[in-house]
Amino acid sequence: MNAAGFPVLSLVTFLPLVGGAVILSIRGDEATVASNARWAALWTSLIVFGLSLVLWVEFNPADPGFQFVESVSWMPEYGLGYKMGVDGISVLFVLLSTALTPLCILASWEVIKRQVREYMLAFLILETMMVGTFSALDFVVFYMFFEGVLIPMYLIIGIWGGPRRVYSAIKFFLFTLTGSVLLLLAVLAIWVHTGTADIPTLLHTRLPVVMQGWLFFAFLASFAVKLPMWPVHTWLPDAHVEAPTAGSVILAGVLLKMGAYGFLRFSVPMLPAASAAFAPLMFALGVIAVIYTSYVALAQEDMKKLIAYSSVAHMGLVTIGVFTFNIQGIQGALFQMLSHGIVSAALFLCVGVLYDRMHTHEIARFGGLVERMPIYAAIFMLFSLASVGLPGTSGFVGEILVMIGAMQVNFWLALLGGVGMILGVAYMLYLYRRVIFGVLTKVDLKGILDLSPREVAVFAPLVVLTLWMGIYPQSFSSFWASSVAQMVQQHTAMLHHSVLTTIASR
Amino acid sequence: MNWTLALPEIVLSVVAMAILIFGVLYRRDASFACNMLALGALLLTALLVLAAPPGSAYGGLFVVDAFSRFAKILVLAGSALALMLSLGYSHPQQGLSRFEFPVLILFAVVGMMVMVSAANLMTLYLGLELHSLALYVVTAFDRDSLRSSEAGLKYFVLGALASGLLLYGISLVYGFSGSTSFSSLAGALGAPQGASVGLVVGIVFVIAGLVFKVSAVPFHMWTPDVYEGAPTPVTAFLSTAPKVAAMALILRTMATPFGHLADDWRLLIELISIASMILGSVAAIGQTSIKRLMAYSSIGHMGYALIGLAAGSAVGLRGVLIYLVVYVFMNVGTFAGIIAMRRQGRPVEQISDLAGLARTDPGLAFALAIFMFSMAGIPPLSGFFGKLYIFLAAVQAGMWALAVIGVLTSVVGAYYYIRIVKVMYIDEPVAAFDPRPAMITLVAAGAGLFTTFFFLFPGPFVGAAQAAAQVLLG
Repeated sequence: MNAAGFPVLSLVTFLPLVGGAVILSIRGDEATVASNARWAALWTSLIVFGLSLVLWVEFNPADPGFQFVESVSWMPEYGLGYKMGVDGISVLFVLLSTALTPLCILASWEVIKRQVREYMLAFLILETMMVGTFSALDFVVFYMFFEGVLIPMYLIIGIWGGPRRVYSAIKFFLFTLTGSVLLLLAVLAIWVHTGTADIPTLLHTRLPVVMQGWLFFAFLASFAVKLPMWPVHTWLPDAHVEAPTAGSVILAGVLLKMGAYGFLRFSVPMLPAASAAFAPLMFALGVIAVIYTSYVALAQEDMKKLIAYSSVAHMGLVTIGVFTFNIQGIQGALFQMLSHGIVSAALFLCVGVLYDRMHTHEIARFGGLVERMPIYAAIFMLFSLASVGLPGTSGFVGEILVMIGAMQVNFWLALLGGVGMILGVAYMLYLYRRVIFGVLTKVDLKGILDLSPREVAVFAPLVVLTLWMGIYPQSFSSFWASSVAQMVQQHTAMLHHSVLTTIASR
Repeated sequence: MNWTLALPEIVLSVVAMAILIFGVLYRRDASFACNMLALGALLLTALLVLAAPPGSAYGGLFVVDAFSRFAKILVLAGSALALMLSLGYSHPQQGLSRFEFPVLILFAVVGMMVMVSAANLMTLYLGLELHSLALYVVTAFDRDSLRSSEAGLKYFVLGALASGLLLYGISLVYGFSGSTSFSSLAGALGAPQGASVGLVVGIVFVIAGLVFKVSAVPFHMWTPDVYEGAPTPVTAFLSTAPKVAAMALILRTMATPFGHLADDWRLLIELISIASMILGSVAAIGQTSIKRLMAYSSIGHMGYALIGLAAGSAVGLRGVLIYLVVYVFMNVGTFAGIIAMRRQGRPVEQISDLAGLARTDPGLAFALAIFMFSMAGIPPLSGFFGKLYIFLAAVQAGMWALAVIGVLTSVVGAYYYIRIVKVMYIDEPVAAFDPRPAMITLVAAGAGLFTTFFFLFPGPFVGAAQAAAQVLLG
């Protein structure tokens, strides 16, 4: 039943909660509690990460179906079960979540000074929810994890965020919840129609074409907010600016992927006819996101806002890739998601380094940092270039694949997507020049320190991953190659079928 | 005659009168002893309810079935929790520590149990009046407080009006159908010629009288004032057990005698439900008093529960019952938190008084945050499951307008719930509250555990609710 021989996914999902319980049980004065909570959270997340490597080692890339499947009956008479499993599309996102969590905890080591115990608890609960979202194989269970993310993230932004944190946290919560409740209705409609919420079964179920149309928009409401797509992206810059560094890292690194994951896991395979019919709409929204938000990013005076808008642009590219329905496009979208998960996380960490020292994200407050912070400048440069898709970095592979996929659909689509990428180079290099180069004239920057060993330890794995993905992408793309091939093939077959039934019903 | 079917009600009434006599004869302050006796009586009654066999007694006036058992256990649990909260609240200067209080609560409980077992419009009215009269008195129980007396009077006047409407409706129904018994009504109304206009008017009056009790729009006007004016443990009681009993009564009345006329009354229930959800979520936003906010919140929750009735299916009725279970526990838990809001021995009840609670009292803040997220319907907390089963029924019945309005108002509602979390966790602390009694900690912790871990064991509750719903639909 299970390649690992033990319920590895459930362990990875729920072990953080055990760590959370340990943290809750710590007693003593405030300093002791804080220090113990940090160490307990770090060790928990490291153990979870170590355990999740079992997935990396034991995963069989040749099998396009779900692996490591665990199933416990929960409410069998209603077609509900607790079912977990990963396929090529989801396995690397589980690993991304487990890898970024210890880095986040390490990045908040000294910065978070008040309510440390609650902070660490929130991060561990968040990890459970993230891993659960990517590995749930029951639609209702998926929804529970998907929406459960809101509670810890709301608290992380709201309690430990910047000056306008209340506004941002509530905006984040309400935007996401509005989309999610419509998704809930769609889940219920599918559940009522088919009598099951089992995802592997639903992937092979043919839903009526008209119903698919309604469901597509209900899914879109949720995933578009999460992704986020233009025009419902406005919560993201606010949330990023106010969130603490580690909150931004998780938000950009993992939470944004949930939207695209939703499209790939649910919209495309379950609603093939509707996806195909509304693909032009999605392309339009994707192109607008790429070009419009890139222009907006050019005008930003706040580093975090700039990177937030660049995330929207990158996710626009992912949307285009997903809805090309060809192997290159979808593989490119997946690669872009993974790469963005690492690169944008690293960029937010870079901003965090400066924020910890100067307590501002304003671009104009910096300049000439290369004189005092050479290591930092090198690392920041690597990630900036990875973000714009320089060959040899992870960003390049995803973008080129999406472009190839888009070119097969429509020349103009590829052209407009490409324009967005050029704008991306413009705003990233402009940012880099203003922060790092120039003459160091500001008095308060004269004494700024380069990276500490702890910070180097946070960045090192991300640097390695970025280069690894850029130089030898095969070791990542091999995970999803067979799953994507099967998905594309099935999509074509189902589409053909539903076209035939539509003609037949006339 | 099978009078033993009503044994739980009989025992509870006798015990209540015995406690009353004991309280009068006992020389010293008997309130604590009476409270404890009352809790014991509720427990004993619960056991008797579980042991009672199904059947019908008193010439069909009174019925015991899976549905009545489910509702009675929930009523008893809610009442016992509210009574425990009043123990934590008791304070010599604040009225509640008199031995009459538990006695009145017990009489109200007897009334509610009669309500959920009613199989005749007359029994229904008797139960309703018994529980209402006891509630009017406990609302005004803090007799030296102007607000409490005002709340009691308001509740009484409006409640009497609602009773009048109900009685008028009952007389119309009797006049046009010739019976007050649920079973013969069901038989008479099932006839193919359908309902006469007079009968429909009568049903509308009955619905108006009943809906007043669950404080759904447009019969909600009394709720915020009464909730705010009544002593907080009384508010906790008002917002749980009577709501359960009244909702159970509505379910039985609509599903059994008037079940064949569902097409005639469905639209009315839908409109009431939509209006309650919208008012409950929108009007709560501007509130500054947490008790008024809870009043609007309960109006909204009753709106959600009514969706299940509008769907009219077994899934819908089951959804209502599950919703009530979930609602009772999270509501009692929230009120435990509100009762703990005291400074220098005086209760405070502004939302701003909760500021910074996460730092002055992390445990209580954590519990309240769980209840707030649960009321907003965020998984995996129990409130989510309440909404899940309700919306499932709406989707299954194809009532998309109701479902979409429901989920969207739940987002609006989420705004004010998470605002409370924000006040507790983000705002700067004000002075700490007084140390809270162990009883309040116990209730808050118990309700919090139930709310958090409901998702692990929904099976028994769903199964019992399913059985209860099946009974109603025959």
